[in-house]
Amino acid sequence: MHGRPRKPLKPVDEAAVAAKAEKLRALQSEFLSNHQNKIYSKEAVELSAKLLEINPELYTAWNYRKLAVQQNLAQCESDPESVNSILNEELKVVENALRQNFKSYGAWHHRKWVLEKGHSSMDKELGLLDKFQAMDARNFHAWNYRRFVAALMKRSDEDELEHTQNMIDKNLSNYSAWHNRSVLLSNLMKKAAPGFTSKDEVLTREYELVREALFTDEDDQSGWFYHLWLLDQTVRSEFPLLVSSWPVEGSDISLPAADYLDGCASMNVFHYSSRNFPLVLYFNQSVRGVNSSTVSVSCGFNLNADLIWKPLSSNDSQSAKVWATHLAIPDAELHSSEAYQVEVKVGFSQGIVSTTGVAYGHPSQISFQLHLQKAPVESGQDSRFGRIQWKDDCFAVYEPGSAEPDLVNLLDNLTIKNEVESTASTWQARIIDDETNIFRDLLDCKIGKLTVARLLTAYNSLRPLDKPVHCKEVLELYSELMKLDPSHYQYYKDNHSLVLLQQVTSSKESLLSRCFHYRDSTLSTNGSPLCLRLNNLGISQLGSFEKLLWVQMLDLSNNELQSIEGLEALQLLSQLCLSNNKFRSFTALESLRYLKSLKVLDISQNEIGSHSIDTTRYLFRSPLSHSVGSCDWNINYLSSKTYWEAFFVLKDMGLTQLDVAGNAITSKSFNVFLEKLLPTLKWLDGVEVN
Amino acid sequence: MGELAADKHVKYILAVEKRKDNFESAVLEHLRMNGAYWGLTTLDLLGKLDAVDSNEIIEWILKCQHESGGFAGNVGHDPHILYTLSAIQVLALFDKLNVLDVDKVSTCILDESDIAGLQNEDGSFSGDIWGEVDTRFSYIAICGLSILKCLDKINVERAVNYIISCRNVDGGFGCTPGGESHAGQIFCCVAALAITGALHYVDKDLLGWWLCERQVKSGGLNGRPEKLPDVCYSWWVLSSLTMIDRVHWISKEKLIKFILNCQDTENGGISDRPDDAVDIFHTYFGVAGLSLLEYPGVKAVDPAYALPVDVVDRIFFGK
Repeated sequence: MHGRPRKPLKPVDEAAVAAKAEKLRALQSEFLSNHQNKIYSKEAVELSAKLLEINPELYTAWNYRKLAVQQNLAQCESDPESVNSILNEELKVVENALRQNFKSYGAWHHRKWVLEKGHSSMDKELGLLDKFQAMDARNFHAWNYRRFVAALMKRSDEDELEHTQNMIDKNLSNYSAWHNRSVLLSNLMKKAAPGFTSKDEVLTREYELVREALFTDEDDQSGWFYHLWLLDQTVRSEFPLLVSSWPVEGSDISLPAADYLDGCASMNVFHYSSRNFPLVLYFNQSVRGVNSSTVSVSCGFNLNADLIWKPLSSNDSQSAKVWATHLAIPDAELHSSEAYQVEVKVGFSQGIVSTTGVAYGHPSQISFQLHLQKAPVESGQDSRFGRIQWKDDCFAVYEPGSAEPDLVNLLDNLTIKNEVESTASTWQARIIDDETNIFRDLLDCKIGKLTVARLLTAYNSLRPLDKPVHCKEVLELYSELMKLDPSHYQYYKDNHSLVLLQQVTSSKESLLSRCFHYRDSTLSTNGSPLCLRLNNLGISQLGSFEKLLWVQMLDLSNNELQSIEGLEALQLLSQLCLSNNKFRSFTALESLRYLKSLKVLDISQNEIGSHSIDTTRYLFRSPLSHSVGSCDWNINYLSSKTYWEAFFVLKDMGLTQLDVAGNAITSKSFNVFLEKLLPTLKWLDGVEVN
Repeated sequence: MGELAADKHVKYILAVEKRKDNFESAVLEHLRMNGAYWGLTTLDLLGKLDAVDSNEIIEWILKCQHESGGFAGNVGHDPHILYTLSAIQVLALFDKLNVLDVDKVSTCILDESDIAGLQNEDGSFSGDIWGEVDTRFSYIAICGLSILKCLDKINVERAVNYIISCRNVDGGFGCTPGGESHAGQIFCCVAALAITGALHYVDKDLLGWWLCERQVKSGGLNGRPEKLPDVCYSWWVLSSLTMIDRVHWISKEKLIKFILNCQDTENGGISDRPDDAVDIFHTYFGVAGLSLLEYPGVKAVDPAYALPVDVVDRIFFGK
């Protein structure tokens, strides 16, 4: 019962209420008996009208009336006058019912049903709508009905756009009108109707209109979402483009040849120890159609046609922002110390398209060199793994010039140049500049701060090759918003984290300041991997993955992360520390299923098992979402029913070291389950596994 | 504000069924099947499902089934997909899905034996033979068939494409293409996409912002911008935020306080807003909302199937 006071304002005459209820029940049972016995006499049909006037939601009565209409129409043999009178009667019943309950689904549908019989006129229906919309301008049934009538009677989008303008002029706070405007405008722009061909001009006009709403009452949300949509329309790249890749253009990569994969490599060697070397393509939006005919790879040791490109996304669809394939590294005897020139050509032949069907914008080419090196096997180093410890004193600050020149040089070159982008962005930059200047006058309120933060972020996204500007200001704005609007603290915090990561990954210098050498007694310093440490940053959300494709060892400990969505792009990752974060369940670690090189994982000190509600339950492929068939379900694992989430994440991983202590889920039986599930495991929570 | 008056709510639910003397009970008679689902799910979430006679309820449910296989809102009324899902859900609560002839029920959802298929050419679903189309019915068909483990009987790809065609520029979803975003409709669409493994079609950050801005100063949630808060959105908004992992973008404490403030601590039941009249619909949505907020003493509810998690896990993992 919406909006009815708990304690009646006037004392209730209980006997009268009971009598009224009794009368309604009597009407209803009489009606049901008529319905059952298919009685469509005048009296019986009138009774249903009376009933619907009291209770418009009584769906069976609407059904009954439709049956009666069908029968009566059949009997009147298309005599126009009788047909009109039958259908007019229905329109009248609907109107009476709507007066009682404006939100009755059954009543609105009944009217549509009558109209679909070719009855009534546009003027009459629009007149009725004007009457109802004057009472409640936000009623979504009425708006749905309006769209239905406009489509049925072929009213033009331009006329309807005019109507939304009138509604907005009457009251700026009419979200329903803004919404309808977004639908109509999208249509008009899509079909390039006269007056709607220049995106630049259309958007400029709309910005002006919505600005009026935002500046009239900054707390009124009606214009907020419309403005965000305009901003998205301004900066969104129409064409799919390549943003970054692994390896990057011009890089020179040395790999230990297959014979030495388990041994330790020399200083300059890139520490990738697998026979399968990943190639990764990172696009600006989700695309499909990446395969050996749309992307050609020439390298001298693999046939292009043999390469299988896979989408990296946590669903089974054939589209993704990130795609990967693997080159099979040849044996060392045959090709020792050889350099291979590898060329990757993307989009020279058609087939890569966005999810909306727009073709790949600009062909790109990436060239790099692969050196297969014979590295001497150091004595005393067998294939036994030392345990990685993520302690501060195990890491030494990277000093420029000391090591890894290959890797360091390529950090300069992480973003791919796209000429299309730089020439097209002039009008976008102008619009964003103008908007930023105007909204700076609104910086004392929430939506003003948020809009300026978004505009400055959008500005950076237009020029991906340049160092981002205004990061400090944007971070400041989000910090202020956290204080100003504490209910949505975490929303601002997540955005703050994204900008912080943009800042950290924006330059070689900044990245290197967070790069460390891992060292411990079992490894020589020469062979120590380079670790990117993004620990202790207070970040709650991850981003900027396109700048991190080169990372093999990553420390994200001591943050506030509860998801690693996007991390699947880091195909080289072999050691990952996620300890002391806020992960709530194994389903939050879905991305790990794509990290086939991962050997060392630390998820200790999180909240796995502490929560009754799993917020990533449906972002995870499982039988619940029909994204994993029940045949994948291996019932041989005795406890896997209890640990099904962990089962699905970890089952195909070749982990050698795992830390899970400090989560509510851990127990003796969980450890037994893990050891059984992960036969490659050498260390579990710091204890050597037999 | 006090605590959750669980015992009072249980008493209220058990009593509501028996009341015949008030006007509301007469007005709502045609949707008694929904009422049964709301009341019984609430009882289960509060650990009190054994307070009712399951055999009696199941017998009544089967009386509401039509020859077509579909269920009506009450005995003597017409079958509709709205009530068919409630019937399936209640039987799932009692672990009695085996009383159903699954073929018959699913067939009525997919094609009413040559009379009219409820799934239309464009992938959408009608509620019954009279052809009203709405994404609510898409959710119902997908959820019901999934519980009956015969989702493969419909064209899932088309069903998903239709839902996507109802997506708006604010990230939300409407009843039909072009329809305004509404939290109830968003639940239906997001849950249908969740069950079909298609949540990648949702812009989680965009929709998440729209949804988290439903929280108003009082802590309650509204269903659309510039509307009043209402306890029922504690379910529609909260379950959607949960499915897209953005529930941390609102203040849980403030929302708990708002829901508890809507309780009738004297006679039990929860209302739409503080001091309004209670009903079973809002009692369910209040308790289910508290469940999603991990309120102590309330069983966990599944945000997509709208059933207790243990019931859903029993169906899909047999545990």
